[in-house]
Amino acid sequence: MTDTNLEGFRAETRAWLEANCPSEMRGGERTEEAICWGGRNWEFSSDAQRQWLDRMAAKGWTVPTWPVEYGGADLDRAHDKILTEEINRLEVPLPVQSFGIWMLGPALLAFGSHEQKLEYLPPIARGEVRWCQGYSEPGAGSDLASVQTKADSDGDHYIVNGQKVWTSYADQADCIFALVRTDREAPKHLGISFLLIDMETEGVSTKPIRLISGSSPFCETFFDDVRVPKSNVVGTEHRGWDVAKHLLTHEREMISGGGAGLLGSRALGAVIAERDGEMDATTRAEALVCEVDAQAISLTLERYKDQAEAGGGVGDASAMLKYAGTELNKRRHELLMSAGGSQALEWDGTHAGLAADWLRTKANSIEGGTSEVMLSIISRRILGLPS
Amino acid sequence: MSTLLLNEDEIMLQDSARGFLDNAAPVSHLRGLRDAGDTHDPKLWAEMAQMGWTGVLVPEESGGSDMGHAAAGVLAQEMGKTLVTSPFLSTAVMAATALRQVATDRANAALAQIAEGRVIYAIAVDEGHKHNPEAATLAAIEDGNGFRLNGSKGFVVDGGNADRVLVLAMAEAGLTLFDLPADRDGIARTAASMIDARDAVSIDFSDVQATGEDVVGVVGDGMSVLRPALEAGQAALAAEMAGLAAGAFDMTVGYLKERKQFGIEIGRFQVLQHRAAHLWCETEVTASAVRNAGRMLDEDPENATMAVSLAKARATQTAKLAVIEGVQMHGGIGMTDAFDMGFYMKRARVATEWLGDYGYHAERVAAARGF
Repeated sequence: MTDTNLEGFRAETRAWLEANCPSEMRGGERTEEAICWGGRNWEFSSDAQRQWLDRMAAKGWTVPTWPVEYGGADLDRAHDKILTEEINRLEVPLPVQSFGIWMLGPALLAFGSHEQKLEYLPPIARGEVRWCQGYSEPGAGSDLASVQTKADSDGDHYIVNGQKVWTSYADQADCIFALVRTDREAPKHLGISFLLIDMETEGVSTKPIRLISGSSPFCETFFDDVRVPKSNVVGTEHRGWDVAKHLLTHEREMISGGGAGLLGSRALGAVIAERDGEMDATTRAEALVCEVDAQAISLTLERYKDQAEAGGGVGDASAMLKYAGTELNKRRHELLMSAGGSQALEWDGTHAGLAADWLRTKANSIEGGTSEVMLSIISRRILGLPS
Repeated sequence: MSTLLLNEDEIMLQDSARGFLDNAAPVSHLRGLRDAGDTHDPKLWAEMAQMGWTGVLVPEESGGSDMGHAAAGVLAQEMGKTLVTSPFLSTAVMAATALRQVATDRANAALAQIAEGRVIYAIAVDEGHKHNPEAATLAAIEDGNGFRLNGSKGFVVDGGNADRVLVLAMAEAGLTLFDLPADRDGIARTAASMIDARDAVSIDFSDVQATGEDVVGVVGDGMSVLRPALEAGQAALAAEMAGLAAGAFDMTVGYLKERKQFGIEIGRFQVLQHRAAHLWCETEVTASAVRNAGRMLDEDPENATMAVSLAKARATQTAKLAVIEGVQMHGGIGMTDAFDMGFYMKRARVATEWLGDYGYHAERVAAARGF
């Protein structure tokens, strides 16, 4: 594709967005309320939010890089980048965001059957079905492959029993993609299957977990004799660990990008000044180091994006991006708290602003694999140190 | 801007540089020079000129290869891996960058000499113990048609082997840059014995005569020529330090895989694995900042200050961590002179101070980011 074609695409895209993006959606502040997660029970915050989703979905632009038959627009990276730039130019939130788009979609595209892709991907693209991730269990955190939730064979169905934990937004999700043990005799990595379960099935229940930050994005999810068709296994039965690993790479990139993207655009000094923060010599020195690291980590994300676009992929280095990005985010929030002094300590029990954000960052280096797990991945797979 | 990946030409340059340096200048080359009391290898310098390295920033009209700052960084990084000793940064990077900004016949002739490897330059800027070019007080008093220079400079890297010196002086009109032969009457050089066994001198200027021809650029506006040269040097030095960190890191990881204690390779101990993995992350993050500095100097030099300082700050910090961990993880052998890690530690310390340390560059990043 030549540059002329790309510029033509940019002009068309800009014109289409100007004509189709509802004006109420533009230039607004990116509050939690502005985010559309979609799903069977989703209540749109406005007609404009619904219109924006419907029009973008019809265009295939909620998942622009997916194939057209699965709800996408089959854009390559160069075109996708232009679309993103043009959407950002209008300062409009994405029409829909979800774990279906970020995580399950890429896994289905890589491992799913044609029938599964046709069944599950278009509703994700249209924001009609909301998914959550059922990975961790009370006894399977960093040692994820020791999951014990069992799926016993019963004709053409499984009977699922067990408990998941840290299932983000499970209480609002329609479906869950879960790691379940289908072979209890096999070595632990070889007895797991990647199973799609409708949350409305009898025997599934959820319970939110209140965090130290006051909010409850995470849940416990229970399975009590839940019947699931065997055709809901993604990839090969017992080989779900391959799917899980693939998906974890996407998750790590997503988490590291979230932290550092924010940091790249806003200077710590400016954020502190805006909030009437005060810095003594020690805090200021730490803030300088933090700013230097933030810039360098942002550039590193750019460099790996360049590498991915050049076809090199990111692979195990996503562990480095996740480790560096999340540890930096924690340091940054410690500094914001120091600069805020007693003013940063106020708490209203649910949304405490700075303090809630600070507490929330403590999960960054745990979720999606702890910093220590990231270092172990690097040490074994990149440095080749013996285990 | 171009991507932060090496392009095909740069990859070829990197491969050929590594191949050449592994033969011509492994760490044992520096050790040999030090043991003989030398700080320069004319044969190595001539070979670098032959390969076009000394002309990496010299325009093609003056006989250079003009490959740009990112390419100069590739060369500096490969040199850093094995602590290659040469006046590359002073001459081929900083002097060339300063001289190419003034279009005089004399500057063009000097650039041609740099490309041919026939001249060594040193940059005489600092007078105190820390890098601070704007604080120069060496006096340039107008005298007839020219100037008389009086004062002194310290930590003039490559000054002992230099044929010429770019010296920053304070004239009545402001800071002014002079290009002088190192043996001009009144110039006295005193060799400093440096921990990294490389060339640095202090220079006393006593009634040194300089003509208007010796001025590089405009009287009173020396910084507009010198600043880009210093930034080019800082970016290349950052690249050298990134290479140094990579060299020290490779030795350390290699040792973790072969050294046995308690009956197993020490690289099986998780406490060392995690420290090594953390160090690798730091080298990766720094590599991005170094690559970005080269790209910015090539494509948007007016706005490269933050990118350059980011690279030098990060490279300084990473090189320090790499050599501290390098010695610690090697244990007792890391402390011996017979082993190479000490050379890495000493060079890292000198390179940290040269052209501005972590604090100097972090302040510049912070200023650019609105602190």
